[in-house]
Formats: sequence, C-alpha cells, structure tokens
Amino acid sequence: MGKRAAAIAGVSEWKPARRWDEAMFDLDAFARLGAELIDDSGLDRADVDGFCVVGAREAPALAPSAVAEHLGLRSRFNERVDLGGATPAGMVWRAAAAIEVGICQAVLVMCPAIPRPSQQARDRPQTSSRPVYMGGDAWGSPQAQFEVPAGLVGATPSYAMIARLYMETFGLDEATLAKIAVEQRYNALANPDAIFYGRPITVDEVLASPMIADPLKLLEIVMPCFGGAAVLVTSADLARRARHRPAMISGFGEEMTHRSLTSMPDLLDSPVRGAAARAFAMAGTTPAAMDSAQIYDCYTITVLRSLEDAGFCRVGEGGAFVREHDFRYDGDFPVNTNGGQLGFGQAGISGGMTHVIEAVRQIQGRAGQRQQRKCDLAFVNGNGGMMSEQVSLILEGA
Amino acid sequence: MVRLARDGRSIPEPTPVTAPFFKAAADGRFLLQTCPRDGAFFYPRARCPKCWRADWSWAEASGQGKIHAFTIDRIGHDPTQKELAPFVIALVDLEEGPRAVAQIVECEAEAVRAGMPVKAVFDLFQPADGGDPTPILRFRPAA
Repeated sequence: MGKRAAAIAGVSEWKPARRWDEAMFDLDAFARLGAELIDDSGLDRADVDGFCVVGAREAPALAPSAVAEHLGLRSRFNERVDLGGATPAGMVWRAAAAIEVGICQAVLVMCPAIPRPSQQARDRPQTSSRPVYMGGDAWGSPQAQFEVPAGLVGATPSYAMIARLYMETFGLDEATLAKIAVEQRYNALANPDAIFYGRPITVDEVLASPMIADPLKLLEIVMPCFGGAAVLVTSADLARRARHRPAMISGFGEEMTHRSLTSMPDLLDSPVRGAAARAFAMAGTTPAAMDSAQIYDCYTITVLRSLEDAGFCRVGEGGAFVREHDFRYDGDFPVNTNGGQLGFGQAGISGGMTHVIEAVRQIQGRAGQRQQRKCDLAFVNGNGGMMSEQVSLILEGA
Repeated sequence: MVRLARDGRSIPEPTPVTAPFFKAAADGRFLLQTCPRDGAFFYPRARCPKCWRADWSWAEASGQGKIHAFTIDRIGHDPTQKELAPFVIALVDLEEGPRAVAQIVECEAEAVRAGMPVKAVFDLFQPADGGDPTPILRFRPAA
C-alpha cells in the first residue's frame, strides 16, 4: 500500500537524563549519532548522501555546509528543518520525498539535545533570547509586543486554554485526561530507558499533583531533560539490505495555520486533521487499521485532541474513546508504548523523535518487555508549538 | 530580549508598524486596522493577512469583547511575571471580529468564565530604559 520508496533502516536513541555530564558540540554529536546509525542499520557509511538537522549552535549560519564538512560528506540533500516538536517527523518525510524523487538514497536525520562545552556562560550577561520565548522575544515579533506582556509564554498556558475550552464544550472530566498519563506511565515501567522507569502513578496522584495552568496539572506535563535521537532514512532497496526489518514510510502529511494560539482558526480543530488525512490517503489505509499509535504528547490533552483530529474518533468523543480503550502496550489500543514523552522524558528537539523510533522498534520487534503482540502498521504524529506544526506519518513493516 | 518595565515585567516595544496602535492605546483608545475587502484584523501589521494588500485604514474599536477561552497561570510562565502569578490569561473575541490575548483584571481568577463580556483597558508602565509610558492591553468585566 501507499508509498514504498523510502524506509527507516536504523535508529539511535540516547537514554534521557535530567543531568548530562558529557558536554558535546552539536557537530560532534552528529558524528556520534551518524556512527550509531551505521552500526544499527548495518549499512555502509559510504551509502550516506544526505542529512537533516535543526542547525548547529556553533554554526548559527551556514549550518548545512558545516555539517557536511565536519562529517566529511559529499552530500546531495542538506536540509535544515524548523517545526518545533514536529521537526523530527517533518525531517523523516522530507528525507523520504527527496529519496523518492531520486535526489539521494540515505539520509541521516539527527536531533541531539544536550549541553555544549561551557564558555563561562554563567559569567556573561544575558543578551540572547531565552528558550521559553521560542524566539517570540525578537524585536518586531508579534509575540514580543502582543503575547509576552499578556503572559502567553511557553506552551503550557496555551494547551491549558484548549483543555479548559474542550471540557466546557464537551463535558470532559479531569480523571479521563489523567488516565492518559497513568497508562503511558505504565508503558514507561516496561522501558528501562524511561526517565520515570520504576515510578508508577495513579489517577488520584495525577489529580492531586500541583495545578500549573488550569486545568493542567504537573503530572500531565512533560518533564524536560537531555538526550538525543536519530534515524537513518534510506531507499527501499538499501533498507532491504539493512540488519532489521525495514519500516516503510508509506504515507505522510504536514499542515500548519498559526504560530500562536491567539491566531489558531479554531481551538478545537487542529491542522492534525489535514496532515493525518493526507497521510492515511497516501498510504491507502485508515485509522482503524493501525496496530499502534505514537502520538506527540507534550500534555495529556494533546494526545486526546490529536487522536480526534487524526480520525481515530470524532471530535467531542475523545473522552469516551480514552475511557473505552486501554492505551497500554498490552491493551486493545496501544498508544505511546515506550511511555511517550510524558513517561520517557522530553529531551528538547529529540522529544518528537521518540515517537518515530518507538514505532520503528515495535515494527522491528525490538521493543523488549513492552513489545506489542502484532505491529505491522503504525501511526506517528508530530506536533509543534501550540497545536500548530503538524506532521503525520504512516510506517509499515516490509 | 523582551523590553522590561521598571517593575521588571515585560512590556511591548513598538515598531514603525505598531506605533500608531500603542500611541492611541496610551490615550485609552483601541485602534484596529480594517481592510476594505476583508474587514478588521489584529495584531497590527503592514498588510492585510487575507489579501496581503496595504489599503487598510485605522478605526477606533469599541473595546467590547467576550472571553473565548482562558486559563489561570499558577506559576507565571513568563519569567518576568513569576511574582505576579496567579493571573488569568484569556483569548478575547472583540466585537469587531478579531481575537486578542490579554490578562483579565479587576476580577477574581476563580470568577472568570468563558463567554463573559469584557471591556478593554490599557494600563501604563514605565519602561526601565526610559522613554514614554507603555500601554499593555488588559480586559476587565464589562459593567
């Protein structure tokens, strides 16, 4: 079914951590991730002829050529992607599309998120942008003038507004949202790499955790941490020579309408709808056929809304869907089987890659204790900003 | 870097495009741009977001609106507003159509409701870097 031109042939994911002792420049992190992708796939370094990165802090301009130089590549596809949490999924389809039109055959898709060597950073006055503003403190930006003074900063208040409006519109209760966090935590308990491994939670504990922005509570919000992740996207031919079962990229879609929640055309109708519809159509399949769903989960409400807009249930029926299904890896509708970012940790830009990699692991039968009984078809959604950047992927075992 | 008021909170830094809005706001007037084809739009920009043309004009808005969605920020996600938390952040649908984001003032946080009618107010803050007092848009419950 669908596109069969490109596949994910190898993965690498670093165990996330709250503290990261081994500082590394981004360019060196790319080399390490590249080596790990070669080892995991069993393919040859000489096959690599493209890459996707967010950028490199030590190369704020002309980053792609800096990457080609640092990795000793003669590279044909040199891409920089800027889609917030949807960046990794967005990189995967761009690589697949470039491979399909014959530009290249093997693309390193790399998202490190670790500290870089210190330049006595603590002693310097703060003159650069703060990460919490996500660039919205740049002079002349609408955010700096009309959003930051209102306090609409970071992502949590925006998702909280969506959650509260959803509850008022459709009557969702807080325990149903909490169930998402609890079931994902159950999945994390079967993943020794997860940041919350060994720490079960209950619905009551989620409900009793501190309110951060009504109605979202601490245990419904991702834990920021350090880490890194990468995948090797190759032509179908190359992937068939790789060590593990190829995860074919059989469908993809991307859509966006806004940067800020204020400009979102409808708070309860996200661009997931268009992105997922095109991904399913391209793959020639449907939500009901999915064995696994790996959904970007910066918050519990993100999972519920994304499942609705992707077509797993109707808008307004997400609460009933969550109550009627078991999202655990051994349940009837496995979601975020490695714990998702809520259970695994959100390591910066690599957070969105954990969903891609977990889908590949399930398809390849490499998910260990949390392995699903059957996983041939997986839906992956990448979400950036304020339900703004949306990328959907359909991955299929060859 | 955001611009800061003397009390440490972030305040807007007008640009050549947005200066007329902030100048009127300092006098308590809410100016909206109106496109002859596509109607009112907000935030201010050099061209209409629908037709991309520049033949819009400024018109004074009523300042009346209704709360569409809101949250109570319990921790102050803006690092410059941590000590001001908790406060209500709301998306307000203006009578003229466009949507704005602002804090709700002169109202207990727990009493705020979606659909509540509100009225724009502009509070002035002294910039830490000198210059004219700078207005921040807020809404209070409509009388």
